[in-house]
Amino acid sequence: MAKSIDVSDLDIYYGDFKAVEDVTMTIPARSVTAFIGPSGCGKSTLLRSLNRMHEVIPGARVEGKVVIGGQSLYDADVDPVEVRRQVGMVFQRPNPFPTMSIYGNVLAGNRLNSRRMKRSEADDIVERALRGANLWTEVKDRLTKPGAGLSGGQQQRLCIARAIAVEPQVLLMDEPCSALDPISTSAIEDLIHELKSEYTIVIVTHNMQQAARVSEDTAFFNLAGAGLPGRLVEMDSTKKIFSVPEDPSTEAYISGRFG
Amino acid sequence: MSAPTTAAWPTPPKKRRMGDLLFAGATRTAASIILVALAGVAIFLTVEGLPGLTAPPERMGGEATFLAYVWPLVFGTLLAAFIALLIATPLSIGVALVISHYSPRRLAKPIGYLVDLLAAVPSVVYGLWGIAFVGPALVPVYRWLEENLGFLPFFSGPASGTGRTILTAGIVLAIMALPIITAICREIFAQTPTLHQEAALALGATRFEMVRMAVIPYSKSGIVSAVMLGLGRALGETMAVALVLSATRIVTWDVIASTSPSTIAANIVLGFPEATGLGVNVLIATGLVLFVITFAVNFTARLIVARSEKGLVR
Amino acid sequence: MSTATDTRPTDRALLPLTGAKLPRWAPALVLALAAATAGLLALTLGWGPVGTAFVAVLLFGLALPAWSLAVENRRAATDRFVTSLVWGAFLLALIPLVSLTWTVVSNGAPAFSAEFFTFSMRNVVGEGGGIYHAIIGTLIITGIAALMSVPIGLMTAIYLVEYGAGKRVARSINFLVDVMTGIPSIVAGLFAYALFLIFFGPGVRMGFAGSVALSVLMVPVVVRSCEEMLKLVPNDLREASYALGVPKWRTIVKVVLPTAMAGIITGVMLAVARVAGETAPLLIIAGATDSVNFNPFDERMMTLPVFAYYSYTQPGVPPGPGLERAWGAALILIIIVMALNLLGRALGHLFAPKTGR
Repeated sequence: MAKSIDVSDLDIYYGDFKAVEDVTMTIPARSVTAFIGPSGCGKSTLLRSLNRMHEVIPGARVEGKVVIGGQSLYDADVDPVEVRRQVGMVFQRPNPFPTMSIYGNVLAGNRLNSRRMKRSEADDIVERALRGANLWTEVKDRLTKPGAGLSGGQQQRLCIARAIAVEPQVLLMDEPCSALDPISTSAIEDLIHELKSEYTIVIVTHNMQQAARVSEDTAFFNLAGAGLPGRLVEMDSTKKIFSVPEDPSTEAYISGRFG
Repeated sequence: MSAPTTAAWPTPPKKRRMGDLLFAGATRTAASIILVALAGVAIFLTVEGLPGLTAPPERMGGEATFLAYVWPLVFGTLLAAFIALLIATPLSIGVALVISHYSPRRLAKPIGYLVDLLAAVPSVVYGLWGIAFVGPALVPVYRWLEENLGFLPFFSGPASGTGRTILTAGIVLAIMALPIITAICREIFAQTPTLHQEAALALGATRFEMVRMAVIPYSKSGIVSAVMLGLGRALGETMAVALVLSATRIVTWDVIASTSPSTIAANIVLGFPEATGLGVNVLIATGLVLFVITFAVNFTARLIVARSEKGLVR
Repeated sequence: MSTATDTRPTDRALLPLTGAKLPRWAPALVLALAAATAGLLALTLGWGPVGTAFVAVLLFGLALPAWSLAVENRRAATDRFVTSLVWGAFLLALIPLVSLTWTVVSNGAPAFSAEFFTFSMRNVVGEGGGIYHAIIGTLIITGIAALMSVPIGLMTAIYLVEYGAGKRVARSINFLVDVMTGIPSIVAGLFAYALFLIFFGPGVRMGFAGSVALSVLMVPVVVRSCEEMLKLVPNDLREASYALGVPKWRTIVKVVLPTAMAGIITGVMLAVARVAGETAPLLIIAGATDSVNFNPFDERMMTLPVFAYYSYTQPGVPPGPGLERAWGAALILIIIVMALNLLGRALGHLFAPKTGR
């Protein structure tokens, strides 16, 4: 079910401001691709353009092509809502719906789209998603409790469960561990390892070790200069980027001699 | 997982688009109803009020022109509102400071709730209270004012024997405006940056010096607009004044006499049930005048708020 | 040589950390003395309780700063003076609340009886009769007003927050809502009259028109409180929902509104409470009657505030029973308004999202 993503000649704008310029890359299926780079270089912006979340912000628009599994996302007749159903997303801060129970949160994607289903089917989906997110054993006895009552790391795994419950093709993660402690972070990283056999995963991270640990490929982004748009500097296998990068600025960033 | 692995995505179903369109359309319709309603208020009042401007004198209490008819009412409205603000402003700032800075933290919430209760009391109840309690209670005060401060035009008397004077009305209005001004002031005081306050305290300021250095300068424009909004309420308030005042349409600065100026709102409500024909139009025209005054006051208040919000970096 | 070291600048710069200070119980002592003095004066001169309290506070506000000035310093004295000023303002503001409650309860409670709540004023002269017709009228008129205002207000708020952000139309509607907030209640009544005059001719009186007038007053309040609450819903939740492939309108209905529900309910109840006590517009357009009227589209309809007003200004002969009924109606009105207030807050707590911690 996983699909590869082809990005070609992508420019992303906020109003008149060009935030990302001329990105061309191929993100392979069933593997983890990490986006790294300094703050404000457009990693998250690019990530959000992969499921058309970008346009939720007023004035934001995209030029260029994003193709997932042969389908171009920005064709005129494509419904962004459908795109987002196929491309799930996990955010920087865990954001479970406060009005819903743990059970309701996992089913949110299905229920909010008013998909009717039998109780047994719903129970099935919840258990499968929570097991998939390594959360089942911790919460199975309190599924009816509010999702906001879990710890930060558990909440984030609940959000991952919520995202995979709708069985997307691709899972985008926008710094999913930046608000978590080291133990929760390691739990999420383990989870990413398990999920990549079924999903195409793209993860934005500021943590170089994390990128090295979890990803097969790494893309390094940088600003062309102050006030200029961000661009893709290079993309290659993680091993290569972290040992013999081609671009000197990549090496500088990775070895901490940045700026 | 068991999802189909077909490459083709379902084509966008049109009905979901419909849901979005319908819902957005419904919210837009609701918003435009407000537009229509307000335009309606302005248009209907103007249409029904215009004939009142040229009504014959016998419909306008014997005055030759509408201006001569409405002027004493405008005067009374402004005078009552002015008295109300004179009393309510310092009290409100004090109460707001109690809630935001002076009371122990655990007391602040119940105190705020008590003040909110004042806002919830219906105006007719204020009126009854004003006529039955405040007026009589103030009679000796008015007598004292007349005897000792009678040389001032405000207290020249003769002092009212029932306490139903414009000063009483002003006091009742002050209590009605107080919760409004307090609510806004306390919000503004609470928004004062903690950093500024701590900076002042770290310099060795006493609590009052801290308030004067860090809180008041920051909230000056907020206080002004709060007072203006309170003024809006005091100007438009009807029942309390209609009940408390034994009103005549006169212009006088004497605030303790039993013949006191009436206000526009009170004049309408007292005259409306018996008014017929052009008399109704005259009253509606005065209502239009009141609308314009309150609009101007509120507009100025919002303008001050908007300008100060631009100037302040929060 | 040792004396020279004592005058080194570093030593001189060290200020003493303790100074003359009033004891902790000083305010309490001054307050007790002030109260005693005022009480003594009140006994000899025969003042009322309010006057006595006033003098006591005045004495306290002068004596404590004076003492502080003598013992501490000018800055401390100013601080204590302002502190007593601020608390004095608060106490002064409490007087009307207490006095008003007392006046209404003591005058209104005697009117309460089974008959008072179950009878109208039809064919009643002098004693007897009740406010049944006014309660019915208030419920019907306020209910219809709420039915009209809540959807309009809520949808407008949704438009302003979710759809209109930054748009010119939204900004002008925002402004108009502000204007509407400032419409005096009497003007709202005149508007309803002028509107219905066109369809029904001069002298029109109708419960429904009263609801329209109240709606004009209620809509902006509902818009503002709903708007505040919708703005409080974190954007994270909207994005989380969009990312699950949920259309915008479903996101608003199923995620944003439930999250804001607690605050919205509280806001709506407070708005209802506010218009339930409105008098002036109803006096103009709903009129007054002695009979029960269940039909808001036909003829006059009595309401509690109007009943209280007329019973007080035209109590009949002898005035006793009429005045008593006026106070009874005022008390019931306050009870209803307070109940709506409390109910609103209680429902708000009930619907608030739970963290489960």
